[in-house]
Amino acid sequence: MDYITTMGLEVHTELSTKTKIFCNCSTEFGGEPNTHVCEVCSGMPGTLPVLNRQVVEYAIRVGIATNCEITQYNKFDRKNYFYPDLPKAYQVSQLYLPICRNGHIDIEVNGKKKAIRIHEIHMEEDAGKLIHDPWDDCTLVDYNRCGVPLLEIVSEPDFETGEEVIAYLTKLKAILQYTGVSDCKMEQGSLRADVNLSVRPVTTDELGTRTEMKNINSFKAIARAIEGERKRQIEVIEEGGRVVQETRRWDDNKGASFAMRSKENAQDYRYFPEPDLVPIEISDEWIARVKSEMPELPDAKKARYLADYGLPEYDVDIITGSKYLVEIFEQALAACNEPKEVSNWIMGEVLRLATETSTDVEDISFDFANLGKLILLVKKNVVNRPTAKEVFEKMFRENVEPEQYIKENGLEMVQDDNLVREVVVKVLADNPKSIAEWKEGNEKVTRFLMGQCMKQLKGKADPGTVNAVIAEELAKL
Amino acid sequence: MKITDEMIDYIGILARLQLDESEKESAKNEMEKIINYMDVLNEVDTTGIEAMSHAFPVKNVFREDEVRPSVDRELITLNAPKKKDGCFQVPKTVE
Ligand SMILES: [Zn+2]
Repeated sequence: MDYITTMGLEVHTELSTKTKIFCNCSTEFGGEPNTHVCEVCSGMPGTLPVLNRQVVEYAIRVGIATNCEITQYNKFDRKNYFYPDLPKAYQVSQLYLPICRNGHIDIEVNGKKKAIRIHEIHMEEDAGKLIHDPWDDCTLVDYNRCGVPLLEIVSEPDFETGEEVIAYLTKLKAILQYTGVSDCKMEQGSLRADVNLSVRPVTTDELGTRTEMKNINSFKAIARAIEGERKRQIEVIEEGGRVVQETRRWDDNKGASFAMRSKENAQDYRYFPEPDLVPIEISDEWIARVKSEMPELPDAKKARYLADYGLPEYDVDIITGSKYLVEIFEQALAACNEPKEVSNWIMGEVLRLATETSTDVEDISFDFANLGKLILLVKKNVVNRPTAKEVFEKMFRENVEPEQYIKENGLEMVQDDNLVREVVVKVLADNPKSIAEWKEGNEKVTRFLMGQCMKQLKGKADPGTVNAVIAEELAKL
Repeated sequence: MKITDEMIDYIGILARLQLDESEKESAKNEMEKIINYMDVLNEVDTTGIEAMSHAFPVKNVFREDEVRPSVDRELITLNAPKKKDGCFQVPKTVE
């Protein structure tokens, strides 16, 4: 029997505001435990939250970028649950009047375009971090993250394959980065996804019972979790069982999901309007201003790169998929106006060195304009390509300035044709055995001779020139 | 409205409270009184009056996104019954 998988996504993204959503504590990641905590975010009695304006601004930005309607009359609600990561025993969220509704994000998988509908986006506060302490068999609580602003982006159940989910997340991540609202560092938890999944036999239109897998924090883990859960549900059905609606925890190391115990899992949040926060009214002017300040978004950028620069679609997808690669591309391009070269360098050396040095693209930190300069130096035959690659490695690792570095290390290409000819003549004279082989029709020896010449020229000659001179001198024999 | 034993047990689970029988009995009585007070409010004729969650017509109270020093950790954790390594220490919770 064939089955259809249906999925919906809830994505939480931490906003890159300087301060928390309801107090002036810093949102900086990685501080000593409980050093970014005050009376408000630790839930002391008698304190009052005051909303960070920037959170609303960012939410409007994401709403517009994902084609949503902006709710102009907003309120917050309390979501009640008792767990030590939440000192107030409720999370301030939006249930009844979320800030954005009815949007969509366009994705493309294997050449097929599809719009994934966005049900809503709402503002809420993050919870603290629980650390298991094996020594005392207890839990330690750090509230630094408590109160960091989040947007929860809820899709409609429009996904049928893991590839569609990954394409959506990639696009969403790019949108969040382009609009500057989040750094989307999954390893730091600033982008987390919950997947709702159900399967049904192709013979029916009625959706199956769904399960929810929470807080999966890498694209690869999400793909594995989807495949694992899909298989599990099909097995349950084929063995004559019934899928139970429940929250499951995906254990990526074990490659399996586990049901969370239902008692801890009682989902009865008894929402009610948050009395400590007054309503927010978003004016037409506010929305118009955010619209007018919207940066170029991934789809528009991709279209422009394809049309203006004639780059391969695959390369454009990779580059425009990351705000950080776009920065490298645009700054290098501004310095050399050679789009194809810049794209090739990014797809080749930049990504190769990033992988080799385990550097995340957002942490690549050389002066990007220098890549443009290097490209011009190659174009003007100041250095040849192999040398340029060596220079680039120095740029990538130590941020050297290419022109200066080439000069200081004497890496300029030998421009003196007489010197090249001198070397070629000498190499031919020193290798009578190779010449004999060449005369017998062994063309391969020219490659050996080429290598010998380049060695003598310390790799700094233009290979094309050397090759041509070798051919000329051989012809004379 | 009557508060049943089942309701009290369920609320106990949600609130993570372990109540003994006498505590349950008194909680039941108190909760019933609170709920019954709502009946008094329900007697007021509210036709044509819009539901509201705030007493005053105030909106758009914002704070600028500027960092101010947090409270000293010693002070923030001062009331914690147990602490360790700068953290609040609580009974083991399931992941
Ligand atoms: Zn605070």
